Amino acid sequence: MNKLTLPAKRSDVAERIHRSATSDRPYTLLLRGTALFFGAVIILFVWSVVHTAWPAVTTFGYHLITGSAWVSGSGPYGALPLLTDTVLTTAIALVIAVPVGLAAALTLLFLIPRRLRSFAASLIELLAAVPSVVYGLWGLWYLTPWLSKTVQPFLARLTGGSWPFNGAQEGFSVLLAGLVLSIMILPTIVAISRDVIGVVPRELIEGGLSLGATQSQVLLKVVLPAARTGIFGAIALGAGRALGETIAVAMVIGSNPQLPHSLFSTGATLASTIATQFGEATGTTGSALAALALMLMVITASVNFGARVLTKRATAPL
Amino acid sequence: MTNLLSQLPPDPILERRRAIQSRAAQTIGRRTLVSKAFLSVLVGAFLLSLLPLGSVIFALLVKGIAAISWPFLHTLPHQPSLIDQNAIGGIGNAIEGTVIIDGLAALVAVPVAVLVGLYLAESSSRVANFLRVITEIMTGLPSILLGVFAYAYVVLPMKRFSGLAGIVALAVLMVPVIAKASELAFRGVPQSLKEAGLALGARNSRVARGVIIPAALPGVITGVLLSLARAMGETAPILLVIGASGTWTWNPMHQMSSLPLLTYNYSGSQYPSQRAAAWGVALALVVMVMVLSLGSRLVAARMRREKR
Repeated sequence: MNKLTLPAKRSDVAERIHRSATSDRPYTLLLRGTALFFGAVIILFVWSVVHTAWPAVTTFGYHLITGSAWVSGSGPYGALPLLTDTVLTTAIALVIAVPVGLAAALTLLFLIPRRLRSFAASLIELLAAVPSVVYGLWGLWYLTPWLSKTVQPFLARLTGGSWPFNGAQEGFSVLLAGLVLSIMILPTIVAISRDVIGVVPRELIEGGLSLGATQSQVLLKVVLPAARTGIFGAIALGAGRALGETIAVAMVIGSNPQLPHSLFSTGATLASTIATQFGEATGTTGSALAALALMLMVITASVNFGARVLTKRATAPL
Repeated sequence: MTNLLSQLPPDPILERRRAIQSRAAQTIGRRTLVSKAFLSVLVGAFLLSLLPLGSVIFALLVKGIAAISWPFLHTLPHQPSLIDQNAIGGIGNAIEGTVIIDGLAALVAVPVAVLVGLYLAESSSRVANFLRVITEIMTGLPSILLGVFAYAYVVLPMKRFSGLAGIVALAVLMVPVIAKASELAFRGVPQSLKEAGLALGARNSRVARGVIIPAALPGVITGVLLSLARAMGETAPILLVIGASGTWTWNPMHQMSSLPLLTYNYSGSQYPSQRAAAWGVALALVVMVMVLSLGSRLVAARMRREKR
């Protein structure tokens, strides 16, 4: 058998083809360089928060998290009230937005005429396009009086003024912040849960119907359980939004960094405290505020990572 | 024959099926009713979720239009005093500041983000996968953290608030969003198109320039406009770093004014005239944001149609 050998000298054309296929260094370098640059910016970003927070972290240690009083300017700097309010407002937002959002997602997918679907979906998306400062303004002008004149007296009367519906009824409250947040995270929950419910196999739905189950039984016992993982992902994404939302919350929560004693208490979240106090902050206060930013970063990054894992798993082909 | 069948012991499976069928038949009326009621609750909840949108738009139109006039849009703001409470001036420089800050931020962010998106779409190395996860997490981080970042690295070294710091914060905010959108768009380009380009002897760079980017352009532009719309409405990072300005400021090295920040400041003002004007500022902002987000849809739809 003849041994196959390369010609000693390539023709010009072959040489050019070879070079163009292999030596694309500038392009590869450009892509890698940009990606590296962006990665460096992210590292710098994380470092800026950690670095600014460091003096406060080393000075106060775990008291930063467990301390129950936050006084800007003089200290002490304990973020427990802020953490509580952050979690509380997010929880209120989820309690309202999850059922409504799931109902909206199911409606968009199954219950309204096909012609109207994309229009209705874009209405919900429009909710996401409204800047958060506008929600804050709207909450300030419309929801605050509504809450103090109608909702809070109603809830207080309904429960006889018992906890957690006791205290001053002045509108500004963690309840109002939660309500505004619920509206703001609704589009996220609707969009993601619509995506994950949309990939529930048709056979499952048809199987349920063919067994004589009614539409509501199929939705509740087949569709929602099948899309469970993705729905948890959608909820986690919504929670991530709510935990970090800043301006709208700062405008309606009353900016009072104390442990809430009821849902009608004024409060302050991690993000709203940074927004309202950063301007006057110097030295230790600035560093303590950066420590709040660090907590916020750790919390939201973990929640978002969890959400990503859940939604990826839900939409991945089996 | 019938005798023979009736003498067989009853088939448990058949019996069970019959029981289920009769039970289903008995309850079908009630179950349908419950189902109908439940479905109406779902539709009701959906309509309820549209209520806030309606209320916000109504408020913006009624109160916003009442506050807006032509001079309001192009004159400088004026600090009202106790004697002359209604002299609040306009928002001309806030519009100008918003356009400059967001425009320059986009100018910085778009090339970086598109290249990062191309890198993420082309590469599946471990580094790329890691960067992809980080990028996605970045899109969900609260924007105020970027305010802290810009404060630490732009405001502190310059020893003053500046539009530049706002540009940096918003650019870093935009890059992950655009990168993710363009990665998706680049991945959507059919492999056969890329291979056709390569088979013609084009380099990867030539294929990217001549095939991938043009084919994915609608997706990329949609991503850019959407992220720009989102960045334009951001108040939190801007609040920490750009300061305030009462005059036309064309140089981003100085303090600037911007619509979202002005809305925030006016909303808590002690003067009723400024609190009412907050709606005018908000309407101007929302119109700009909506133009961008509707524009992104139109561009995408148009380019998709042209390609066919």
